[in-house]
Amino acid sequence: MSIKIRLVKREQVKLYHKILSPVISIVIAFVFIAIILRAMGYNPATAYQFLFKGAFGNAYNFSETLVQATPLLFAGLGVAVALSMATMNIGAEGQFCFGAWAATGVGLYCQWIPQPLIIPTMIVVGFLAGGAWGVIAVLPKAIWGVDETITTLMLNYVALLWIDYFVFGPWRDTSSANLPRSQVLPNTARLTTIFGTRVDVSIFLALILAVALYIFFKKTSAGYQIRVIGQNTKAAKYAGMDIRKKMLLVMLLSGGLAGVAGVVYVSGAGSRLVTGVSAGKGYTALIIARLSKNNPLIIVLVSVLFGALIQGSYNLQLAHIPQQMCDMLQGAILFCALAGELFINNTLTIRVQNKESLVKEAR
Amino acid sequence: MTPSLEMRHITKRFPGVTANDDVSLTLYPGEIHALLGENGAGKSTLMNILNGIYSPDEGEIIYNGELIKINNPAKAVSYGIGMVHQHFKLIETMTVAENIYLAVGKRCDYVLNRRKMERQILEYSRSYNLEVRPDAKIYELSVGEQQRVEIVKQLFRNANLLVLDEPTAVLTPQETDKLFENLRAMAKEGKTILFITHKLFEVMEYSDRITVLRQGKSVNTLLTKDTTQDELVKMMVGRKVEKMPGNRPVFADKKPVLVLKNIQALNDKGLPALKNFDMTLYSGEILGLAGVAGNGQKELTDVIAGLRKTVGGEMLLEGEDVTNVSASRIRRSGIAYVPEDRMGTGLVGTMNMPDNVILRRFDSDAYCSKGILKDKEIRRATEEMVEHFDIKNAGTGKPVALMSGGNLQKLLLAREVSGQPKVIIAAYPVHGVDIGATEEIHKVLLNERNRGAAILLVSEDLEELQEMSDRVGVISEGRMVDVIGWKDFTYEGIGFLMTGGKNERQTGGETA
Repeated sequence: MSIKIRLVKREQVKLYHKILSPVISIVIAFVFIAIILRAMGYNPATAYQFLFKGAFGNAYNFSETLVQATPLLFAGLGVAVALSMATMNIGAEGQFCFGAWAATGVGLYCQWIPQPLIIPTMIVVGFLAGGAWGVIAVLPKAIWGVDETITTLMLNYVALLWIDYFVFGPWRDTSSANLPRSQVLPNTARLTTIFGTRVDVSIFLALILAVALYIFFKKTSAGYQIRVIGQNTKAAKYAGMDIRKKMLLVMLLSGGLAGVAGVVYVSGAGSRLVTGVSAGKGYTALIIARLSKNNPLIIVLVSVLFGALIQGSYNLQLAHIPQQMCDMLQGAILFCALAGELFINNTLTIRVQNKESLVKEAR
Repeated sequence: MTPSLEMRHITKRFPGVTANDDVSLTLYPGEIHALLGENGAGKSTLMNILNGIYSPDEGEIIYNGELIKINNPAKAVSYGIGMVHQHFKLIETMTVAENIYLAVGKRCDYVLNRRKMERQILEYSRSYNLEVRPDAKIYELSVGEQQRVEIVKQLFRNANLLVLDEPTAVLTPQETDKLFENLRAMAKEGKTILFITHKLFEVMEYSDRITVLRQGKSVNTLLTKDTTQDELVKMMVGRKVEKMPGNRPVFADKKPVLVLKNIQALNDKGLPALKNFDMTLYSGEILGLAGVAGNGQKELTDVIAGLRKTVGGEMLLEGEDVTNVSASRIRRSGIAYVPEDRMGTGLVGTMNMPDNVILRRFDSDAYCSKGILKDKEIRRATEEMVEHFDIKNAGTGKPVALMSGGNLQKLLLAREVSGQPKVIIAAYPVHGVDIGATEEIHKVLLNERNRGAAILLVSEDLEELQEMSDRVGVISEGRMVDVIGWKDFTYEGIGFLMTGGKNERQTGGETA
């Protein structure tokens, strides 16, 4: 007896295929991690309960989830811009760092700027710093065709060490505990918080940006060109589009948004520059953008989901479950969702054959 | 003598098309056999059946007197059927020896004896006079050398029947000579050689026997020495040789629109593809361009569309020098281009119809103001095209990849002729398109001609060229061999020129 399993292309892809596939993928990821938790001797039900409560259990917890989600949202939008043009920006981590670094510099050392302009200056400078870091990474691609996956990734390490130089060196806060971190940004360089929570006004900026990007891709000539280049470079050349110029522009925007994520982090809940300030947010942003298929509106939802995972993980310690479990969940969700995409356009057929029919076929 | 291979009454159907219809092919040991046919005649399907990639719906394969079934490529190898594909199956970063070993290696050989391997390969290649350097990396080799590696690989697998798919497509004439010298030596040893081609000249020069396929059917098998190129053309094209019927209205205001002088350009590999190419395109005419694929057509249309830089010569549009200006300027100055690769280049399959309608005019005032796309205008233009050109679709919002070939081509053509271009470059516009759509596409092109557009129609289909063209030019090895007025059009004449022959009658020429 033999079993033949084949993938067959669906004749018609229905809307529910597109919705069910990611939902089932996420469920499978949770089940998979549950099995691992069980094997490690924890109770998965308790774990998920604490996770959920930690993220959504009460108004305060939910507000903290939004605090986590805000920088992710900026960075996720940034990565999505690059991915829309099939440019693999793995460098959001480093661009985040540069945004945070530039904002800290402005916030701490440029107090001569008129007060109402300090925050806008931090955002602009942070955008440019992150954007420049992104553009540097794709210059070799624009000139010699070097794969940007590698260059963007490598520059992350450079950026992290750059931050270390400042927080261990010239910007180190000598007044407190001698930890590798800068001083807390003065109030003039901090974002206004709302409703007595740690959520700050940057969340509105992020939402506006998400809508703006959605419109940019749908309604503008530049957004259209980026989409065409992302899907078919030959057609883009044929249409007379300047691919190099667009690549630099896209990386400026992509890196810039990741940079702004860094800005809102240090001027928001983060409050200062610390070693390893990005803490994996750039990579999480990549997962968010990928899962959302670069749709800015969906990125809003997925950012909240991932913010919830991070926020919820703090609560896990109360149940004596290692908080790293959430990193595993993130990975499992991405893994399952990528695999699940196969089943949007395809369906499995399983055929069982017995020996006789096999022999017949061989003849 | 018993045949080494018989393929009897092979039929293979694909949805909507019968690729092979009762095809028979008989090969004898020691012969070099040519399988000749136009694109789409069913040559590749037949070879894929022989190689175990497809299984035939009907018919049988008899190999050395034994009825066999080839379910997969590994089976073909075990029977000693070796295939040299047009695109080589080699791993570029590995050495010649490693590649050959990969193809023949036994599973239990965990330790590679590099020196022994290389010595064996040298012995083998010397005995067939196929020089290869076993320790060279594939990417260091020329295309001709890579092909030799493929052949040595097949010999290592003990191939007795060697099938070569368009082996000369990538070779220089000298390399071609050498290749067939080697193949001849193998045939003398009793191996059977089958090569697939559509180049008549090679068939006449190098083969012993020829089987001609046309539209999925085997037309005839004959001895090379008993036939002529003319006869083969007739069999390939399936037409009696006729003078072009009827008269057609001459466009009143005829003037040269696009002039190419001594254009030189390289192909993607950096080899010369256009060598001093000359052409004049007049308003209100269709200039057909005949030629065997790969003689510079692609490079020519790319050059005109501004997608490929020239290395010499000049291009004038209404007297203005437009040599090597950007693709977007070419497009804006009124040159429309229907590329050969309609899905890969001409359209974006994953995008919907409106997005494809604006592909080449995303920055025009009609569709865009101050960087914002004018949705309403775009939608209206799309609906107009759908209606005017009768484009069948599953909804304009769906990805165009879901549409049929004919409708895709109508959409592409509709977009390109919108805005009344001065010049239309149409590369194989009806290739793979059903008969109904073909007629409609032809009608559109004729209407454009009558409007006054200068049209270059590139095609391999002589019948199409005869029906459509005011003049027919023939491209061969990157040169315009000759241009013939429609009154002088004969299949024999064109076929002769296509193989690179010079026209002894100087009729037609550049006189329109």
